[in-house]
Amino acid sequence: MSELLTLSGVETHIGRYHILHGVELGVPEGQTTMLLGRNGAGKTTTLRTIMGLWRASGGEIRFGGERIDALSTPAIARAGIGYVPETMAVFSDLTVKENLVLAAREGEMDQTRLDWIFGFFPPLRKFWLSRAGTLSGGQKQMLSFARSLIEPRRLLLIDEPTKGLAPAIIGALIDCLKEVKRRGATILLVEQNFRVAQAIGDTVGVMDNGRVVHAGTMAELVADEAMQQRLLGLSLDTHQ
Amino acid sequence: MSAQGTDGDTDAGAALPKTPRDYLPLLLPVALALAALPFVPSTSTWVTLTIAGLAMGMMIFVMASGLTLIFGLMDVLNFGHGAFIAIGAYMATLVLIPLAAWMQADSVWLNLAAVVPAVLFAMAVTGALGLAFERIVIMPVYGQHLKQILITMGGMIVAEQMLYAFFGPQQIPLPLPTSLRGSFQFGEAAIEKYRVVCVLVGLAVFLAMLAILNRSKIGLLIRAGVENTEMVEALGYRITRLFVGVFMAGSALAGLGGVMWALYREQVNAAMGGELLVLVFIVVIIGGLGSVTGCFIGALLVALATNYAGFLVPKLALVTDILLMVAVLLWRPRGLYPVTSR
Repeated sequence: MSELLTLSGVETHIGRYHILHGVELGVPEGQTTMLLGRNGAGKTTTLRTIMGLWRASGGEIRFGGERIDALSTPAIARAGIGYVPETMAVFSDLTVKENLVLAAREGEMDQTRLDWIFGFFPPLRKFWLSRAGTLSGGQKQMLSFARSLIEPRRLLLIDEPTKGLAPAIIGALIDCLKEVKRRGATILLVEQNFRVAQAIGDTVGVMDNGRVVHAGTMAELVADEAMQQRLLGLSLDTHQ
Repeated sequence: MSAQGTDGDTDAGAALPKTPRDYLPLLLPVALALAALPFVPSTSTWVTLTIAGLAMGMMIFVMASGLTLIFGLMDVLNFGHGAFIAIGAYMATLVLIPLAAWMQADSVWLNLAAVVPAVLFAMAVTGALGLAFERIVIMPVYGQHLKQILITMGGMIVAEQMLYAFFGPQQIPLPLPTSLRGSFQFGEAAIEKYRVVCVLVGLAVFLAMLAILNRSKIGLLIRAGVENTEMVEALGYRITRLFVGVFMAGSALAGLGGVMWALYREQVNAAMGGELLVLVFIVVIIGGLGSVTGCFIGALLVALATNYAGFLVPKLALVTDILLMVAVLLWRPRGLYPVTSR
């Protein structure tokens, strides 16, 4: 399957720190690619570099065959990439509705699509006119997801969506991601929870010290406990 | 199908819970005015002081409203904001002095024919200078607060000295147009016509800003950008264009405030920007950085307190604004309506 997103030898410096050391990663079109690795491995930096929030100091990033590493963040977003940051970054002074109005860049929100989103995240309908700052952590994550889904995007970059969330909400997020993928979107997802990664990942990249040290299918990684131990310092059994 | 039009587009519609609003700060100016009433010897004096305070507050608000947006959205400490106040006033003199005959005519229309172009010219020049200031002076120091303070303070000193160089060190008299002179008499209370105009203009600016911020997508972008510029960009919006637009609008409003203040004092001098800047910063801090409503209430509080104190305890009037700021920050350390997390 062709790659929608390709990172070749991507380097990133933040101030005087050299964070990414030649990241090589391919994200196949229409699939969910999990980016795994220990804390500080460079996963979040990789997503932020793709979005242009931190500039790549070397290498190249191609999206749909076109280089995007020199583009501004708004241009990258307009190329069809949605971003759900680790911090969720909902606009707390704006209502749920206003957050989504802003995310609907092309114009007005589509009611059918909105109903589809409400199906996964009913609290957003309930708190439609409430300020986002008053939502719980899980509801903010739902809003952050909804913001990236309110218009179709070719690629979604999602950073640790399940961190600190209740199992029921994680279930809703997983269902949502599966449906989004079924509708044809490509997803690159950073995740620490290996159970979640196993549930939705098709392919996987494992990072360590600013490099991708393993790339392959999720099925391979799930089947090989020794590889899990070596790459992630865990086995699936201990993370049931 | 659209889901953007009204608040009730979703199935649950109007029955959905809204966030409770924090109305307490809105009551503060009213509480302050009522608290002063027993100490003022007569009701007519209290009315005069209150209207004078409201007019002064509206002028300060017009000057400060741009600064709070600039700080909130762009995280820029613009100590050069005072320069736009003074430049606005001087630009108005360029139009009003040649049209002095129209200003002194008994016709309201001739007065307006002089004042309106003067205000528009002042706002256009300060807006354009704001654009140049943002591109040349501010842009290289985004995210560097210490450098921002130094360079914008330097920019204000340069602007002030240039005003001295071009217009001379003397104060320039700027008399009010004839139709705005004098007072309305309500019983024993005399209310100056110009102060009523200031209240109306300030209210119009406030309502227009609220309408733009709450009812338009540009307003949503500004409010979102005040909170998280990075995420606004990640949604696909070019925040730098918004920065430029807000800076220009903020500078133009400072210019408008400068014209209002100059007509209120009936004279212009190059130091007026620096003198007003302290007051403007106090108002922005009291209101909560980035909040237009907070800025509005803060301006009214500062002006009312200064007027009452000036009448009741004149020596206290020198420090009223500082004391007020301390009191508000002890109650709400991030100001009345903080918007940014900074």
